[in-house]
Amino acid sequence: MAEYQGVAVFVEYKGDALLPISLEGLGAGRKLADDLGQSLSAVLVGSGIGGLAPQAVASGADTVYVVDDPLLKDMPADACVMAMENVVKQVKPSVLIMGQTDTGRDLAPRLAFRLGTVVTMDCVELAIDPESKRLLQTKPVYGGNALAVFVSETDPQIVTIRTKAMTALEPDSSRKGEIKNIDAGLDASAIKTRVLDRVVEEVAGIKIDDAGTVVAGGRGIGSAEGFEQLEELAKLFKGAVGASRPPCDNGWIPDTVQVGLTGKIIAPELYIAVAISGSSQHMSGCSGAKTIVAINKDKEANIFLVGDWKKVLPAFTAKVKELLAS
Amino acid sequence: MDIIVCVKQVIDPEAPPSSFKIDAASNKAEMHGAPPVIDPYGEYAVEASLKIKEAVGGKVTVISLGVNLLREVVKKPLAMGADQLILLEEEAFIGGDSRSTANALAAAIRNVGEYDLILCGREASDTNAGQTGAGIAEILGLPCITLARKIDAGDGKLKVERVTSSGYDVLEVPLPAVVTVSNEVGEPRYPTIKGIMAAKKVEPIIWKPADISVDDSELGTGGRRAKLQRLYQPVHEGKCEFTEGDTPEESGANLAQKLREAKVL
Repeated sequence: MAEYQGVAVFVEYKGDALLPISLEGLGAGRKLADDLGQSLSAVLVGSGIGGLAPQAVASGADTVYVVDDPLLKDMPADACVMAMENVVKQVKPSVLIMGQTDTGRDLAPRLAFRLGTVVTMDCVELAIDPESKRLLQTKPVYGGNALAVFVSETDPQIVTIRTKAMTALEPDSSRKGEIKNIDAGLDASAIKTRVLDRVVEEVAGIKIDDAGTVVAGGRGIGSAEGFEQLEELAKLFKGAVGASRPPCDNGWIPDTVQVGLTGKIIAPELYIAVAISGSSQHMSGCSGAKTIVAINKDKEANIFLVGDWKKVLPAFTAKVKELLAS
Repeated sequence: MDIIVCVKQVIDPEAPPSSFKIDAASNKAEMHGAPPVIDPYGEYAVEASLKIKEAVGGKVTVISLGVNLLREVVKKPLAMGADQLILLEEEAFIGGDSRSTANALAAAIRNVGEYDLILCGREASDTNAGQTGAGIAEILGLPCITLARKIDAGDGKLKVERVTSSGYDVLEVPLPAVVTVSNEVGEPRYPTIKGIMAAKKVEPIIWKPADISVDDSELGTGGRRAKLQRLYQPVHEGKCEFTEGDTPEESGANLAQKLREAKVL
């Protein structure tokens, strides 16, 4: 295993900017690399993406490997696995960090199995064991009821990280780094899955991921109409509306605003949970919030109560309106 | 269409978190007082398989791996409408990681022989790993689509809608393939009385490692690449206050006042 050296971060982007989760990955990776006394590299995969490399350097990378191939446009999963397999075999990083994103969830396990190693998904903490120098990978399990610490016995030690769990470095454009191209080494005949369409179902207004305040409803809201009341409150806070899983499953609100382990993981200043019992799987998605307010009539609910939301909410909304106006 | 669905028995994830306990000595978790259930994510995969069977016909075989598998639990997919149940029930199969589990399931699937489609849940509700489906695909050399919310089969291929953070992708893949299923596929059906009665009469097929030509070194602790070093319950720190009021309306107004005082508002 000694031939594997250094920390690598698979870096994602949207348009001409690296994703925040990738910058967080570089921040975490920088610290691990320093602890190991080794270097940090970033891996950029796509088509026509070389121009993004300086951003990765500014955020901590010593080397950026650019894998640029027309077949990687739109990041088809089969091609990405092949490209990353090729990168790992050449770069041989001891640690590989990816984001728990649409791409990461798909790519990381397939890559790990193909390389004969293992991945720990959705890590919230990463550290180097001072004695063994192996990566301690902490991830929530049992829907967030517990935390597990895993150690990989093979290299590369692959992890995906949870959004907002790690800290990005302040970008420094004076940092120096090396940019190297790596051939994607794609076999077009091994690309089995075709992308026919990418459908965006963005909700109008402020995105739940970016909102300072999120007003979320649960099963107890009972209908799509109920969510209109939450909408009104969210607007007062210039925030967004979210939901636990049952309202999404029932079609009261789009799936894209589901907060929880299998939905969005958010960390707003204020999270107002209305008629949400607070299952661990839901709390995993909102426990990063600075203040959580829960309105629930069930005293046994896992998040605390004020009362029947149908009575509490209008009075609360009215008072918020009044206070904001004064 | 021959469909294989991998589902596991888990501790009940819907049980109140207060009943969740960890035995530090064995690094094992339990839901005190709550019986185990079929993994809810796997149940969505069973539901997806039955929808495809209704649309194009075929046979649904369910494989579950574990020990102390309660028959009334693991037979639930049969009661929902699956045709056959295979159990990999043996100590040698457990105690590993996603890798050893995928090794065993892939070997069992090879042993079944005929398959067009393999379905798994998007992840299991206990490990939350989301790797077994991808692992089976890699071991068997099959294409893999994760996080499906809709699957249409026909002409030797699948059209799959994959959940993304901003909507969904529409993907096409030739069969055989592996697909992992997300909850957006729709609520799993309830078993009918007729289904439950029929499931009672079905004897599960039980396979040991030797039956599926897989070496112990590939299974359980032998086949594992990740070691669980520690399992613990996090301590949540934070202040919790209740807002009082003589009526719910008054509580609501007091809550707004309190948030203003705390400068959150």
